[in-house]
Amino acid sequence: MEQAALVLASLFVDALQFIPDHAALLLHKAAQTAELAFTALGIAILIAMPIGLWLGHRHRGLLLALGASSVGRALPSIALIGIFIAWLGVGFWNNTLALVILGIPPILTNAYFAVEGIDRDVVEAARGMGLSERQILTGVELPLGLPLLLAGVRIAAVFVIATATLAGIAGGGGLGEIMNVTVYNESGVLAAALCVAAMALATAFLLSLVQLAASRRMAPRA
Amino acid sequence: MSGLRLADGGGPVIPDFGHGTACLRQNHWFCTSWVHEHWGDTLQPALLQHLYLTLLAVGIGFGISFVLAVLAFRFRFLGPPLGAVSDVLYCIPSIALFLLLVPVTGLTVTTLVIPLVAYTLFVLYPNILAGLRGVPPEVLESARGMGFTRRQTFWRVELPLALPAIMAGLRVATVATISIATVAAVVLYYGLGGPIFEAIGQPDIFRTELVAAGGLAILLALTADALLTLLQRALTPWSRQP
Repeated sequence: MEQAALVLASLFVDALQFIPDHAALLLHKAAQTAELAFTALGIAILIAMPIGLWLGHRHRGLLLALGASSVGRALPSIALIGIFIAWLGVGFWNNTLALVILGIPPILTNAYFAVEGIDRDVVEAARGMGLSERQILTGVELPLGLPLLLAGVRIAAVFVIATATLAGIAGGGGLGEIMNVTVYNESGVLAAALCVAAMALATAFLLSLVQLAASRRMAPRA
Repeated sequence: MSGLRLADGGGPVIPDFGHGTACLRQNHWFCTSWVHEHWGDTLQPALLQHLYLTLLAVGIGFGISFVLAVLAFRFRFLGPPLGAVSDVLYCIPSIALFLLLVPVTGLTVTTLVIPLVAYTLFVLYPNILAGLRGVPPEVLESARGMGFTRRQTFWRVELPLALPAIMAGLRVATVATISIATVAAVVLYYGLGGPIFEAIGQPDIFRTELVAAGGLAILLALTADALLTLLQRALTPWSRQP
């Protein structure tokens, strides 16, 4: 038992040593993964969020929102990225395309339900006060639905970062390339895994800060 | 491990490009002959392993989530910290979690199951808790008026009324687990991710194997979703929506 714990500890110490020893390599690969993931996430947000918000506002397209979420969950990301690479070849924009497709469903579904689920009386009251549909969406529904909306972005972000790493295993560059025991040893694989986890956690943390700041800003002033 | 397997039986060690393989040589998207030939030795075992992995993970995850949700329901102060833990767990990408567990639990199925269980918690725990908390107070009031004890109220009133939310969570968790479990093969050749990673590992991605195994994963997810929907309808006939 004690021996096993020692082996375990030494493995993680090796991994932690790998990080400063190969800082340049890790940084370079992490930047590749981050570039790929955040480009895809940005595009996915630009596509999915307006659609989800508008459909939710109109209380239409429930089937699309539900369908997107179940298809999004059922698609195995690794198979999808493999199919894209086999079809289009390895390349930044090809991988981005696959990641955008994977990132859209959670954002769309959450944007839809963030707005759709808001108390209709509140929206009616806003309408009665003479707010335009656009003002209702940006001034009433968006602030109220913000937590759910950003939760969708967070889920998509973690998912896209994980899948961007997988793209590296399939030859797409980035941190996934280091997850190869024969080239970088277990310490390298562990170090790369730690980097991916850190990147995803940092992103999630930043998004929760955004959520906090935005909800403070948008909170109605008494 | 090559998708184009060597001839069996110790014959000449030459890749078996022999029969019916114009399709394979040109690496088409779906070669029926390959799927037929390797159903028994590759696809079917992978499918069964995948099913086993999913049932194990969802079963354990459901047990843990149920206990945690009931605890958080009884003792309200437990709610926020438990929710935060399940949120943080979900923020660690599956691939990293699988790899980080290897030194701890080795190249075993346990290493594959633990992250999957963790991800089911993220879906199941809030759903069960929301279901239990969503029971209208007037229903609880009338249960108390009818002389139900705390325990009777839980088993006969709160739990049945929470069932639709619980089943919805179970559906989501199962489908997500089937999908995430394909990533588990990054650690160990197990489940449908095995053939998928094998296919991707080829110098020229082996398309038929990729499509066949990936397609099976999607089919498994859709089947599970349909079966659980039917079960949900059977269990909660009162909540049927038009």
